[in-house]
Amino acid sequence: MRFKMTDQTYRLELKNIVKSFPGVMAVRDVTLAAYFGEILALVGENGAGKSTLMNILSGALIADSGMILLDGNEVRITSPRRAQELGIAMIHQELALIPQMSVAQNIFLGREPLQVSGILVDTKKMQADAQVIINQLGLDFAVSAIISDLSIAQRQMVEIAKAISIKSRVIILDEPTSALSERESVKLFEMMHTLREQKVTLIYISHRMEEIFSFSDRIAVMRDGQLVGVEPTGNLSINSVVQMMVGRELKEFFPKTETEIGEIVLEAYGLRSGSRLKNASLFLRRGEIVGLAGLVGSGRTEIARVLFGADPLEAGEIIVAGQKVKIQSPEEAIRLGIGLVTEDRKAQGLFLRQSVRSNASITLFTKFSRFGFLQVKKIDRWIRSAINQLNIRTPNLEQHVGNLSGGNQQKVVIARWLALNPQILILDEPTRGIDVSAKAEIHNLMGELASKGMAILMISSELPEILGISDRILVMREGRLMAEFSRLDATQDKIMQAATGQLENAGINLNE
Amino acid sequence: MTTSVAQPSSAPFTLSIFLKRFGLLLVYALLALGLTLLSDRFLTGSNQINIVRQATISGIVAIGMTLVILTAGIDLSVGSILALSAVVAADLVKQGVPALLGFLIAIAIGAVMGMINGVMITRGKIPPFIATLGMLTVGRGLTLMYTQGKPFTGLPESFRFIGISSIGPVPMPIVVAGLLFIVMTLLLSRTRFGEYVYLIGDNPVAARLAGINVNRMIVYVYMISGMCAALAGIILVARLDSAQPVIGVGYEFNAIAAVVVGGTSFSGGEGTLLGTLFGTLLIETLGNGLNLLNVSPLWEQVVKGTVIALALLFYNAINRSTK
Repeated sequence: MRFKMTDQTYRLELKNIVKSFPGVMAVRDVTLAAYFGEILALVGENGAGKSTLMNILSGALIADSGMILLDGNEVRITSPRRAQELGIAMIHQELALIPQMSVAQNIFLGREPLQVSGILVDTKKMQADAQVIINQLGLDFAVSAIISDLSIAQRQMVEIAKAISIKSRVIILDEPTSALSERESVKLFEMMHTLREQKVTLIYISHRMEEIFSFSDRIAVMRDGQLVGVEPTGNLSINSVVQMMVGRELKEFFPKTETEIGEIVLEAYGLRSGSRLKNASLFLRRGEIVGLAGLVGSGRTEIARVLFGADPLEAGEIIVAGQKVKIQSPEEAIRLGIGLVTEDRKAQGLFLRQSVRSNASITLFTKFSRFGFLQVKKIDRWIRSAINQLNIRTPNLEQHVGNLSGGNQQKVVIARWLALNPQILILDEPTRGIDVSAKAEIHNLMGELASKGMAILMISSELPEILGISDRILVMREGRLMAEFSRLDATQDKIMQAATGQLENAGINLNE
Repeated sequence: MTTSVAQPSSAPFTLSIFLKRFGLLLVYALLALGLTLLSDRFLTGSNQINIVRQATISGIVAIGMTLVILTAGIDLSVGSILALSAVVAADLVKQGVPALLGFLIAIAIGAVMGMINGVMITRGKIPPFIATLGMLTVGRGLTLMYTQGKPFTGLPESFRFIGISSIGPVPMPIVVAGLLFIVMTLLLSRTRFGEYVYLIGDNPVAARLAGINVNRMIVYVYMISGMCAALAGIILVARLDSAQPVIGVGYEFNAIAAVVVGGTSFSGGEGTLLGTLFGTLLIETLGNGLNLLNVSPLWEQVVKGTVIALALLFYNAINRSTK
């Protein structure tokens, strides 16, 4: 703990907060306090009430009862605007910046400094003021940069700069690192520490245990709308936190099913596509889970997309089950027995306003239709068995998939591919933003599929996940495969070194 | 994480859900009740059949438009497609081509124009609004050129039967529109293609990544819209015994209005043909009522436009409250 005893006064106190929605008690009598200048991690499974609680704090929702004290005074937070005036800022997973505008314009959006005339924006002053904040945070991009040219990580920094510019006393970050690579995350945490030194209180929601344990001062755990415990981070272990979250002990965090590795089903040589994928060769074998690591933007997703026919292949060769193939559309990839669980569930995977039935069975329509008419009974029978197998929690098949939790949504997407029983399944960040138990279920399922002879390629930014369930690990950097490790050789350090370029061409020869 | 979990697992049956499902029916019932009280001619059998017969033309166009809007598209060219295919068919049949062949040629013209729309949108990446706006102008221009600005009249009975004959007491246009409605409802609700239409409208990117040939499906949808417009054109010309070069001007408005009033979402993926049916009837009943009440026809457009604006406000309000 870095804060001194004199700092041990509360900046923020939530007292007996209750919030219910029709049919659900989302937050039940939560009392939680945060100190001046601390990083408080808020963890819990999806649906535990974390986001609801934070939405109450940031004015997006209003509590049914309870009290909020800021610097010892009771405050009534009736709108996001009111929260902003009080110095409470929330940075959402979906960033709220205007992509066509500059960094400075976004930071001062709606509060632009005006020239003497009182009409025109004083661009110079705005840029200078923005520069002060950018410097204070140690950021390396120009205030005139356009948001759409920045990476997700940099955009997040801009959101934080915006929060600083309105003199925020409390900054809430909702899963800030879910879209960031490890290196970018480290940068974010450095910035959070700078803010902590300036006595800002940071509340940070995350699913990533390693991060929470390296960067937070205290951890608050929620389960089923209640606060299960708040402890200094040093007094807790990952296991104890997970146990508090799920209410039981998870035996193994990353269960690894031992499988027999079979023949090669896919070989790819010299893949090139767009500006991000320059030259990559790899092979996949039956029964094997291959982990693909690398920083965001290193070309990992692009490999998945060319193998699946989603992007055109500019150079290179793909061989599936011994046959040289040209994959020009996802339709063709599916015909070859390749499935892809995309990185961005909501944008690329789900049909949010359609039923669970349609979402889970979209890939089945060709198989289960006669003269173009759907064989609804057969489809439903299959879906019900998939729902059981994957433990998907949905009240019925008509439910809009947008109403399910993240973990259940992801399982619906996976169900879609199980139906086709592909030889090769590619999963791009399959457990991002998913709670611990759903995550374990998905890992188990991947093991099960591999043991039945499926070849699995898993892309992930979470190194413990990569290390935990892969049989073989590939590392990419700047569009090229940089290293390959066997399960036994791989360590977090080696992967990071390969991903960041400190280790050139490590591991065995990729093209044997 | 979102607050999705905070939502009840199965929503209780609230007023807003009731209104979303039955609001249109309610408005229609109120309108019918009002008109019955205000005019003794409204609730007569002949007037009701008159309304339905009027509704068939815009209804057929609206069926195709429903599919287009379900894919989050729009087809502004229906009026021009209707005109070009109808005048060509009328001309050919007048020159001695068998009526049935003439009809098929008209529908083929509608299909080709729709296909061009679809290809411009999918391959050319032109927004549907612009692509079909172009087709609206081109189609109308071709119609004027083909007719030299003059109408074709005096069509043979073999052509006119589809507009003026009847099966028992039911006029032929209603029979045709009814059959089309049933076929298209089955297409949308029971077939692979129908499912794809909704899924593509909801999220075209995800649809492609799930192995659907999105471009081809969208071309089919615009072809269907073109064919519906052509069929409406045939019936209209058969009924009027006159293929005017300016026939069908502004029909896109009535069709879009019927679809939107019927609850189909402009952002795609949500809506039904049953809604479109009621939307069409509502708009035609409104027109009929204004007529019976001797309201100036100049007011009709103002009233229709207002109704559509109100319908959109209504659906937005309900959607917000059920979220």
